[in-house]
Amino acid sequence: MMADKNYLIENVLRRTEKEELKPEVLRQLKVLRGDENTKPVVYVGAGTCGLGAGAAQTMQHARTWLSEKGIDAEVIPVGCIGLCSSEPLLDVKLPGRKRISFEHVSAEKVAPILEQVFAGKLPQADILGQFAEQDTQESWEHVPALTDHFFFKPQVRLVLENCGITNPVSIEEYIARGGYRAYLNSLKVFSREELCDFVEKSGLRGRGGGGFPTGKKWKFALGTESEQKYLICNADEGDPGAFMDRAVIEGDPHKLLEGMAIAAYAIGASKAYVYIRAEYPLAIERLVIAIDQAKQYGLIGKNIFDSGVDLDIVIKKGAGAFVCGEETALIHSIEGKRGMPRPRPPFPAVSGLFGKPTIINNVETLSNLPTIINKGADWFSSMGTATSKGTKVFALSGKISLTGLVEIPMGTSIREIIFTVAGGVPNGKKFKAVQMGGPSGGCVTDQNLDIPIDYESLLNVGAMMGSGGMVVMDEDTCMVDVAKFFMDFIQRESCGKCIPCREGTRRMLEILESITTKPKNRETHEPLARFKGVLQIEKLGKVIRDTSLCGLGQSAPNPVLSTLKWFREEYEEHVFDKKCRAGVCTNLRVYTIDVENCTGCTLCAKKCPTNAIIGGRKQPHFIIPDKCISCGACEEACNFNAVKVS
Amino acid sequence: MTSSIQEILNKYPNAGHDSLIPILQQVQEHMGYLSEESVVEVGKYLNMPTSKIFGVATFYNQFRFNAPGKFHVQVCRGTACHVLGSATVLNEIEKNLKIKAGQTTKDKMFSLEVVACIGACGLAPVISINGEFHAKVTSETIKTIFESYRNREVVS
Repeated sequence: MMADKNYLIENVLRRTEKEELKPEVLRQLKVLRGDENTKPVVYVGAGTCGLGAGAAQTMQHARTWLSEKGIDAEVIPVGCIGLCSSEPLLDVKLPGRKRISFEHVSAEKVAPILEQVFAGKLPQADILGQFAEQDTQESWEHVPALTDHFFFKPQVRLVLENCGITNPVSIEEYIARGGYRAYLNSLKVFSREELCDFVEKSGLRGRGGGGFPTGKKWKFALGTESEQKYLICNADEGDPGAFMDRAVIEGDPHKLLEGMAIAAYAIGASKAYVYIRAEYPLAIERLVIAIDQAKQYGLIGKNIFDSGVDLDIVIKKGAGAFVCGEETALIHSIEGKRGMPRPRPPFPAVSGLFGKPTIINNVETLSNLPTIINKGADWFSSMGTATSKGTKVFALSGKISLTGLVEIPMGTSIREIIFTVAGGVPNGKKFKAVQMGGPSGGCVTDQNLDIPIDYESLLNVGAMMGSGGMVVMDEDTCMVDVAKFFMDFIQRESCGKCIPCREGTRRMLEILESITTKPKNRETHEPLARFKGVLQIEKLGKVIRDTSLCGLGQSAPNPVLSTLKWFREEYEEHVFDKKCRAGVCTNLRVYTIDVENCTGCTLCAKKCPTNAIIGGRKQPHFIIPDKCISCGACEEACNFNAVKVS
Repeated sequence: MTSSIQEILNKYPNAGHDSLIPILQQVQEHMGYLSEESVVEVGKYLNMPTSKIFGVATFYNQFRFNAPGKFHVQVCRGTACHVLGSATVLNEIEKNLKIKAGQTTKDKMFSLEVVACIGACGLAPVISINGEFHAKVTSETIKTIFESYRNREVVS
């Protein structure tokens, strides 16, 4: 008999803590977990990142191959395991054998790999590892365990535990892996106060940026009398460079739902919202399915498992505004207004959505809850540093060998993450800095890479935890350009309420633009004026920081102040020498014409928009530096490779 | 057109102001953009001044007020994409399509939009065309990508 809904509810979910699972039920759960199967299963990593790398074609080819060979097998799209740079990933689980994982499986590689595996042989290349923990199944010889892979070994995966491994749209598999037990147990065992205490004791802090202790925050809402309270899950992952929330929702939506259910119970909320970016269509789709399944199982709805507790979860799609990551702005957005922050107090925990007590928690924070309840507060707080407990998911991207998601215990050094887990900077380039915390954060340079990661230590070096984006930069990255990039972003996303933020960020951007452009007139004191700009930018930054209302404005100057602190010499080079050492600021390039190669075809002179090129027909040409605006049109026009850039 | 907006509005009986953004999102999903008439229609239904609705709609990046092309191109300008050269990519696309970000080509084939971050940073630089992702794009691959979409148009 296949384990269906009623079977799981009766035998697994309604079971009391003391009752042992019957052997027959245990066997059924093993099947549901995919540890023991009668039919071969092919898994394809089909998160947004996988699909971008071509997972849809990989999946299509796998289905075609199976049907051509007449093999009765299942093809399951799973979420992202975190190794984005190895996508597309394809796993095969044959009956009686351990699940084996392959990387870089582009469409044309599918057939050869499946051919070999289904014949019981090992293909030569592209093996990532096997699932060693499936102990009842026969191993593949000479294949290392996936958990021993250098990318996975230092990781402790709580939030990402199921991502890329389980079928995200199967509530049965989630339950078979112990899902929703934490929620049902908390309903039975804990009062609301006890649950808040428990989470406070675990030391869990908000993973969205601020790092406020979660249990403590809940107590503010619990302590406020009201007939209606709300829980909001903030999945408006606006930080460019962070994508863990997307990966969690795409790969394990039920974990988030369970976390939300626990939090909603703790604060006494009967209605919860997921505020999610509209740019994440796949995540929304999977979340809709998961909510529907949870409703069918009676885990969301009225009088959940006869506890007298009600819960409704609604999805609200964000409309694309970075400032909506701020709590009060997010609330305004759900209410159908412009997403502009308001002064606090009153804090949302006292008066939030529609004027009712509201708690806003981040996706990662909520997804930590089931594990904390299951394994205990002491277990959780034994990981990490004195002030920051548990693990943190980081999104690695930029100039780094392995990009993707890693979940690391707090207190690990940044150096270990970048150089051990992710394999360092590729192409033999030199590491320059890692940008952490998105537009609100700052840069960490080589000298600070050994600090143990926690909320406080990062603040001390001028960066911040933020949501956990890590963008690695090498010697080819210009730090002034990076600062300019962030200022441009902040300046566009500023909601416009506070003048220092609205006008100040615009001025900061203009100053940065001026120092990355050639001075047009050498007669005036423009170099001096440009230098004064750098002095002003520091002062202006401090004013914006001190006088803005919300987190966006207060942290807006951070990218500039942080790069100015660590890379002042690069700014000075741009100002005085008009040189960009990384060659990124194209407006500072100097163009010359090589007399040897120039044939005097006059093509470049015709193309030059400022008439900066002189020279007669069939005579070598010459560029007047003062007139040149470094647009590069001459280089593009030249057919003889005579235009040189320096 | 009016009837289809009415259909969307009918899904929100007794709607309050908090339904404004979901309604606008549905209208845009259906029509591709927010036309002036549709905004007026929504305003009548929700009993809200049109100016208020434009105030909200222009605040958010998602809403467009011009009809998009047949293929809507989104260029990710997140940090990771920027570090790996999305500025050059955007430049190249603008040259290829002969339009600037925010515009639609004359033949209504392509429209170009710059987005903050699509969340596929591991595959930077990324562009998305009608929701299909193209990873690790370079100046060279752009030509082939757009060529394939142009051919698709001819075939269909």
